[in-house]
Amino acid sequence: MTNDEIIERTNAAIAEEFELNMNDLVPSASFKDDLGLDSLDAVDMVIVLEQEFGIKIGKDPKILKIRQLSDLHSYVIDKKNAFLN
Amino acid sequence: MSLRRVVITGIGAVSPFGQGAERFFKALEDGESAIRYIAELEEIQGLGPHVAGLVQGIDIKNIPRKIRRTMSPMSVYALLASQEALAQARVDHRLLTGGRLGIALGSTVGSVDTMEEFFKDFLQDRSIDGIKSMLFFKIMGHSCAANVAQTLGIAGRTLAPSAACATGCQAVGMGYEAIALGKQDLMLCGGADEFHPLTAATFDIIQAASTQYNDRPQCTPRPFDRDRDGIVCAEGAGLILLESLDSARARGAEILAEITGFASTSDASSIASPDPTPVRLCMDLALAEAGLNAADVDYVNAHATGTRQGDEAESRAIGDLFGTSIPVSSLKGHIGHAMAASGALELIACVKMLRSGKIIPTRNLDNPAIECSGLTLPRKIQTLNLQTIIKNNFALGGVNCAIVLRSFSNDQ
Repeated sequence: MTNDEIIERTNAAIAEEFELNMNDLVPSASFKDDLGLDSLDAVDMVIVLEQEFGIKIGKDPKILKIRQLSDLHSYVIDKKNAFLN
Repeated sequence: MSLRRVVITGIGAVSPFGQGAERFFKALEDGESAIRYIAELEEIQGLGPHVAGLVQGIDIKNIPRKIRRTMSPMSVYALLASQEALAQARVDHRLLTGGRLGIALGSTVGSVDTMEEFFKDFLQDRSIDGIKSMLFFKIMGHSCAANVAQTLGIAGRTLAPSAACATGCQAVGMGYEAIALGKQDLMLCGGADEFHPLTAATFDIIQAASTQYNDRPQCTPRPFDRDRDGIVCAEGAGLILLESLDSARARGAEILAEITGFASTSDASSIASPDPTPVRLCMDLALAEAGLNAADVDYVNAHATGTRQGDEAESRAIGDLFGTSIPVSSLKGHIGHAMAASGALELIACVKMLRSGKIIPTRNLDNPAIECSGLTLPRKIQTLNLQTIIKNNFALGGVNCAIVLRSFSNDQ
């Protein structure tokens, strides 16, 4: 899976879960201020991504540092690559 | 201690007839039945009832995701009914969020559908992996009250009585007392429930569900009828805005009716079978609080669900207290038993009856049963000068409730 494919699937998964417009999912979008998501949504985002990519995220402290969409893309790409290695 | 007078300034309904108190009462006036055959129920092994009264045509997408995410259907019904009641009463944002308005709203249980969703995953490997964060907010006992309070920004007290089929009536009673005692000026009160096969199964297991009319859904339930065979489960929400008379007058609100008495008694003789004595006591206490005698009451809105034992016990209690000439009817023949919502929905119908002077008869009452025949049971709409109604609701667990409702005129 290429990085672009990971980004595309990440966006599609969170757009569906949180009923977001794909056009709003720009890399600089802030989860809190631009997309209107909160800490409860963050919990569910982890589950959605675990199921989408077959990875284990759980209560990884790195998740707490994610502020914008590009942070999440990088996180999922790293996680997916680590899983494959 | 002097108690404040409590009036009704708003009503809202989501019933198996659809959304809105107007639609609900029109269907009752027209003698409609909301009971339908539900194919899903026939697929459940051993389940006798295949009929229910389900809410149709609610578009939940109109509710923003962030509000909807913690709501199961019962909270959605409750929110829509709340918004209708508040709009009718012209409650503005300041009043709604100022702390003098509270909520008393209950359900029989939390969302069973959501519990089923949890256990379906959990029991596979006894793991909580993959369980989402919103689950608990739909399962908790005060899910409806909390969701409505959160959505509307209510800052007063949040109460969530749970007394099965008496929940809606009890919630109105709690709201009435909170205002009468001066603790709140307004209370949004009622009950809500969503259908799950477990509800029908609960009554089926104790042989209290209707099972003989699956091929004729609109012929059941049959309160007070010779051929009644039990409860038909339904769903929905009824919300009533109660307000102190002083508050309503100060803001020029239209007053729909006045609540003058409420009582609740416990029947410790059985957890499942009602006894006429505590039922009569409950009505007696409600009348005493209202300062009325039995002869002052114009109509009894019965709980009567269509079970053999329940209808008989209530008939005896009503006959003992009121004699044989007072009109009595049950609305469950039209909508079935909407569980926690039933008391509030039926009270809404009572408000409409008071204001229209029309008594809605019991649907499906073709041959009054001998054990209920000591009562006056209207078979068609009766028009009369209705001033005072007593409204009953009873629940498994031995909970009895009665509310006295009076028409209101400004010179009172």
